[in-house]
Amino acid sequence: MAATEKQPVTGLGPLNGVVTWVDARFPLIKLWEDQWGKYIAPKNFNFWYYFGSLAAFILVLQIVTGIFLTMNYKPDATQAFASVEYIMREVPLGWLIRYLHSTGASAFFIVVYLHMFRSLLYGSHQKPRELLWVFGVLIYLSLMGEAFFGYLLPWGQMSFWGAQVIVNLFSTVPFIGPDLSEWIRGDYVVSDATLNRFFAFHVIALPLVLVGLVAAHLTALHEVGSNNPDGIEIKKQPKDPRTGLPLDGIYSHPYYTVKDIFGVVVFLFVFAVIAFFAPEVGGYFLEANNFIPADPLKTPLHIAPVWYFTPYYSILRAVPPMFTSQFPGVAVMGAATMILFVLPWLDRSPVKSIRYKGPIYKFALWVFVLTFLLLGYLGTEPTNVWGQTGAWLGNVERATVAARIGTALYFAFFLLMPWYTRIDKCLPEPQRVTWK
Amino acid sequence: MSDQINSGRRKIVVITAAAGACAGVVAALPFAATMLPSERAKALGAPVEADIASLSPGEMQVLEWRGKPVWIVRRTKEMLDGIKKSDGQVTDPKSEVDQQPDYAKNEFRSIKDEYAVLVGVCTHLGCSPQLKSAETQGEMGADWAGGFYCPCHGSKFDFAGRVYKGVPAPINLQVPPYTFLSDTRILIGDDKKGA
Repeated sequence: MAATEKQPVTGLGPLNGVVTWVDARFPLIKLWEDQWGKYIAPKNFNFWYYFGSLAAFILVLQIVTGIFLTMNYKPDATQAFASVEYIMREVPLGWLIRYLHSTGASAFFIVVYLHMFRSLLYGSHQKPRELLWVFGVLIYLSLMGEAFFGYLLPWGQMSFWGAQVIVNLFSTVPFIGPDLSEWIRGDYVVSDATLNRFFAFHVIALPLVLVGLVAAHLTALHEVGSNNPDGIEIKKQPKDPRTGLPLDGIYSHPYYTVKDIFGVVVFLFVFAVIAFFAPEVGGYFLEANNFIPADPLKTPLHIAPVWYFTPYYSILRAVPPMFTSQFPGVAVMGAATMILFVLPWLDRSPVKSIRYKGPIYKFALWVFVLTFLLLGYLGTEPTNVWGQTGAWLGNVERATVAARIGTALYFAFFLLMPWYTRIDKCLPEPQRVTWK
Repeated sequence: MSDQINSGRRKIVVITAAAGACAGVVAALPFAATMLPSERAKALGAPVEADIASLSPGEMQVLEWRGKPVWIVRRTKEMLDGIKKSDGQVTDPKSEVDQQPDYAKNEFRSIKDEYAVLVGVCTHLGCSPQLKSAETQGEMGADWAGGFYCPCHGSKFDFAGRVYKGVPAPINLQVPPYTFLSDTRILIGDDKKGA
């Protein structure tokens, strides 16, 4: 029997006995050692390697603050807005929990975008980490769904009309569209039925999916091992005779435990400043119109999604209606997210890290980042924000032209990747990681 | 352990798994069905019937459909002439923007020239505009041919619900789906005959 062959646990002082008893009946030590305690990671992690553990931290924060918000929130169209105000004004420290949750949502996307950018920097999506990347994209998409469902719950004007616009996107699908959007809403307009089901998706369905995907993401990571800023595989290195570890490998614990805790502390400084002093962030984290109760008979002047959706919203608006249908825009926006799934197979570069990639990739990545920021900015503004061009260009809106160029560049980054990563002049990768 | 596969048993395993998958899909249907509009939602969103027998020329009747005001205007010859006259002053004279069913994408944006059926919600910020006849020229300007005026932000529409140029509202008023059940009865919200 396996249980009797295990060594007694030592080094935990008075807990040795209890842990030994548990470990004989549950693979406690094995789980800890495989997933973290004896997980061997490259020793050269840098700044960009904070954001994975930060994302995990924010997930926990969102779940905990979310649980306490549901204790006072009422998912009912006649009571939802008032119950949020009740949380803000009358529940002891309710405002704090609510601001932590709303600030946490934006922080989640900031951290996830930086985490994804890290992958583009160091080739973390490349072989053998393709599936790890795919799980990550699934997490990102679930997170977008989670944010969208959650945004309806305060039942403000922007909640209502944002949901109206997004659900109407589905009604542009040829043939089944109108029935599909009715099925999503459960009514002919966004209503109490919609609010109730979005609440169900937001507090139970998607959080379960998210937690499951995060477990898969971490399991895949700990199977293939972490990439690093040099993009070389430490598993292929000879073992250090003294430690038995790869030459550039160290144990996650305690080295990266300490590093990640430091990251969380610094993050919390910034996070607390925002949550306490500027939780609305000038209308970007919490939009002004959402402090007005939802009114189905009154459309706000300018409907803009929250900042983390705006790059895709720009792409949606950039595509003109074709054949009297908005569907092409919806399809292009969908493609802009779906294309992330195939990134590992579009990238044909022989090296992983940007340190050894050629000038074309470096240029392409910078153009992509600027494009993404531009699209994000344009999505927060009405399309007439930059006025119109002169008559020589047909009096079109400048911002629309910019969004179209941005959309083309966004797709060019991905679709031309198989070509430009192959012809790029890469430098040779070193045998050992760069280490001062 | 033998490395020979018993293909008969393997076949049964595949068939059972496929049957199980079918059962899984069928079992998901009731869950999906609960997300359809409920009977109450359907009743509240049902088409409404309007009796227009007592509507005299030039008059407007308002009723509620899916929480929004719907106008029925019996247009006179002068009102229809006014619509023709405003062709040059409106943003979308040919109703290119999809704000009406196909059968109302015509000169007067209606099934019968005489009757306008419009959703009375301004396409700007959703206030409800007011009817201003051609006689209100003193208030609305000398070339006013009659139509609707939104008191909130000054948007103007003609008697076909087409939006004037240079006002805050971007697009024409919406024409709901509707059908004539008889000469004096209109069903709003459904354009299938016999509904």
